[in-house]
Amino acid sequence: MNEASRFSGRVLLALAISMAVQAVAFAEDGAAVAPSAAERAQPDETIAGSDKLLLTGGVSQLEGAAGGGLTPWAVIGGYGTGDQVGANAFYTRVNVQDYHLDGAGALIGFLDRIELSVAQQRFDTEDVGAALGLGRGFTFRQNIIGLKVKVAGDVVLEQDSWLPQISVGAQFKKNDRGDVLHAIGSKDDQGVDFYVSATKLYLSQSILASVTLRYTKANQIGILGFGGDRSDSYKPQFEGSVAWLLSRKFAVGAEYRMKPDNLGIAKEDDWFDAFIAWAPTKHVSLTLAYADLGNIVIKDRQRGLYASVQVGF
Amino acid sequence: MKVSSKFAVSFFVSFLIGSAALAPVRADENPAPADPALLPVFEQFGGKPGIDALMEDFMVKLIEDPRTRDYFSEADQKHIKAMLAEQFCVILGGPCSYTGKGMKETHAKLSINEGGFNALVEDLQLAMDMHKIPFRAQNKLLAKLAPMHREVVTAP
Repeated sequence: MNEASRFSGRVLLALAISMAVQAVAFAEDGAAVAPSAAERAQPDETIAGSDKLLLTGGVSQLEGAAGGGLTPWAVIGGYGTGDQVGANAFYTRVNVQDYHLDGAGALIGFLDRIELSVAQQRFDTEDVGAALGLGRGFTFRQNIIGLKVKVAGDVVLEQDSWLPQISVGAQFKKNDRGDVLHAIGSKDDQGVDFYVSATKLYLSQSILASVTLRYTKANQIGILGFGGDRSDSYKPQFEGSVAWLLSRKFAVGAEYRMKPDNLGIAKEDDWFDAFIAWAPTKHVSLTLAYADLGNIVIKDRQRGLYASVQVGF
Repeated sequence: MKVSSKFAVSFFVSFLIGSAALAPVRADENPAPADPALLPVFEQFGGKPGIDALMEDFMVKLIEDPRTRDYFSEADQKHIKAMLAEQFCVILGGPCSYTGKGMKETHAKLSINEGGFNALVEDLQLAMDMHKIPFRAQNKLLAKLAPMHREVVTAP
């Protein structure tokens, strides 16, 4: 009898515990079906939402890719994040002693992953054209289609990781002066540059650094064609940028771009610049630079002002 | 000037090695990784009173911003401000302790995308500007907060 009552007591206790557990579970279920306002909140899913941080998409590089002025960065252009699309257009003017170059183009950045760009460069030989018998103001025109794909890392957010953001890219270039290019010893009027860029923001130091390794045969970035009498093979070229962030809207920095030297008629120098970039909003940026382009054909020490405006989202 | 292109690859590789060598230790999901070296930055924030005052305007900005509003408008703002103030104070090497929960736990049930995370960063920058906190000091704090995107961003 005693045994039986003890048994039934245990059964009752077990039942009570299980009911209590179920009651708690039910209460939790009840809470789950009535989420808080914060839990109901949905992220903004506007495709053109421009949610990248200011200037973190870079400016427009000479050949149309997002980057510094002379060299691409690993960033994907435009202000689109991982679920957005960004786009922008640019106009750039470079005025050195004996020449000037106008560049214009546009890019689209998809899902902060793929960047597609187009650009056209017009290189005006001014009086040098006359001296060379081409005619005063003889102009080389080059069209460029660019593709860049982010393969690893995040330039801004991964502040505790060693890994920079890394992208690979290609620039397909076509020059419209094949006859002249052939006469000066250039082997081709079109060519493809392949590059890999690594870009890292050292936020605690307010410094951004970027390096690019470019495989190219281009003479003066393609304005004087591709390959030459001295060399007609792809060679690796190093490019680098350093930028100091002065505020959210201002950055100053310097760039370097190594170039091949394929043509016998004219030696080709590496390029340098020092720049200031200003982005008053996410829709516009201005870049001013002092550029040293070295020797270009018969003229040494080509230095002058670089100015670029970009509009977009 | 011309540098031989035979150095190109080694320049590129040295940057990668250099950035690896300079890398800080990964925060490992610590919601408030204290860094005593940031004590001067703590002072630039005006100490704990400065951080508390900053939180008032930060919350105003978060409520004003349509991208972040819904996550905060009906929440316990007083509690959130107190926890954020503790968190920032600890991170900047201040004499506080963080009594809040982990970042993963507090954001697990929320739907936050990268744009929302960046929106909060922008609102914090605006608030820090209002409080005349120097840009470089702001970035020292943001550098510690940025890796938390891994716990906070829950939506693709």
